[in-house]
Amino acid sequence: MQYSFIEPPWRPRKGYLIMAADTTAARSIVKMKVDEDKIKTLSPHLLMAYSGEPGKSLSLKDPRDTVQFAEYVERNIRLYQIRNLYPLRPAAAASWIRRALADSIRSRKPYVVNLLLGGYDTATHEPHLYWVDYLGTMTEVPFAAHGYGAYFALSLLDRYHNPEATLEEGLETLKRCLDEVSKRLVVSPSKYKVKIVDKDGVREIEL
Amino acid sequence: MQSFVDRYSTTSAVSQLRKVQRLAEEDDEYSDATWGSGAGFGNIMKGSPAFTVPNVPDPTSFLRLHTDDRADPSCRIKIQHGTTTLAFRFQGGVIVAVDSRATAGSYIASGTVKKVIEINPYLLGTMAGGAADCQYWETYLGMHCRLHELRNRERISVSAASKYLSNLVYSYKGMGLSMGTMICGWDKTGPAVFYVDSDGTRLKGDLFSVGSGSTFAYGVLDQGYRWDLTDEEAQELGRRSIYAAGHRDAFSGNTCNLYHVKEDGWKFIGNYDISQMHYEGPGNVPGAPGGGYGYDQRVVGRSSANPPEVVAAAAA
Repeated sequence: MQYSFIEPPWRPRKGYLIMAADTTAARSIVKMKVDEDKIKTLSPHLLMAYSGEPGKSLSLKDPRDTVQFAEYVERNIRLYQIRNLYPLRPAAAASWIRRALADSIRSRKPYVVNLLLGGYDTATHEPHLYWVDYLGTMTEVPFAAHGYGAYFALSLLDRYHNPEATLEEGLETLKRCLDEVSKRLVVSPSKYKVKIVDKDGVREIEL
Repeated sequence: MQSFVDRYSTTSAVSQLRKVQRLAEEDDEYSDATWGSGAGFGNIMKGSPAFTVPNVPDPTSFLRLHTDDRADPSCRIKIQHGTTTLAFRFQGGVIVAVDSRATAGSYIASGTVKKVIEINPYLLGTMAGGAADCQYWETYLGMHCRLHELRNRERISVSAASKYLSNLVYSYKGMGLSMGTMICGWDKTGPAVFYVDSDGTRLKGDLFSVGSGSTFAYGVLDQGYRWDLTDEEAQELGRRSIYAAGHRDAFSGNTCNLYHVKEDGWKFIGNYDISQMHYEGPGNVPGAPGGGYGYDQRVVGRSSANPPEVVAAAAA
């Protein structure tokens, strides 16, 4: 069993996107690892956070599943870049990943992986965020969350998210979300990795 | 096996209740007046009421057979579940806000339910869980609060009223009651909020939200809550939190009912349509920011794009 909370990533504002995910890898009631990075850097301007479906039975939700799928996506996005000498733009990458999941759900052994894909489109100078679930649903949104944390974070973001917020204000809103989850969620994670993507590419920050 | 145990054990809920009923039938000359307060001695015979149970070996499973709609969607009795209710204490009293949707399975049975029960001019109860259970037992609680007043020549405290209810539901534990309620009011000690549910849990606190939409309400409520909120700010926070839940939770919505309890009793503040709050805001009420609460309404015209200066100039 893996409790994953890709916590409120999202947060385009003036040309940036913040993504955060907790860092625990758990099996049953045991924390196996406390510094797992669940946000992959797919290309210089593309991030992908991944988690399993909360509440799915153990057999359907091997934590290796999520990692396997993430690495499969990572390698294919890289391959595209090598073959074509330019990376996929966020919308195209999201479409490709959605298709991979849509094919998977119709296969003998589907991946049970939920994703958030965030990137900065260097052509239009816009940040983009895509919410993708294991059924192959994809939607572009200004903010999103997967996991139990979503129940607390989404209403909060409806209220506080501002597309024109500065990076500092954006991080402050992220902090609100993480604080709310720590306050109300019984099995709340203790540590998060936070990554930002903007015109200069991807960087990780300490909250 | 369960029915076998129930018939012969002396401690199960069912056998306790049967015993009480037997005693109550035999003991007619028993008088309430002896005790002063009906709640006082935890006497389950008369102090707390007894109730008729289905005359089958195992009433609990009998009830479950006819009410468990998750296991059996075609069952005869569907129980109302989805809801959002909240109450919080602050410097200016207590705010109580609830939605008004009643659902039976995926069907919206009503959009105009009163989920705040006015127990007396100083006490309010909220409804979540089984609509009938909440309505009946909280009205019944009101009756006993009045009896307490007559017997003791003073108003019942919020603490005592909530304990009366929690003791009552505890005596029915495991028999299928379903209620999650907040008993709110003003007594000698000032503003008070108690959470009581059908498991028998009773909690005193400053801020509670109950129901399927509670997580969404908490998200907004926690972040905006302070003890020294003004009356207007507090009312707005209650309204905004119920809106958040009505917007995100499929089993909550329609309208928001808002109450404010102060030293001189509760006051009904208003009924607000959630769709209207989404698009236009709550109307001309103190504390409202003006404009719709909806995300798209709130950020209309704002963009997160970051075009470099030159590109911006060329476009213009």
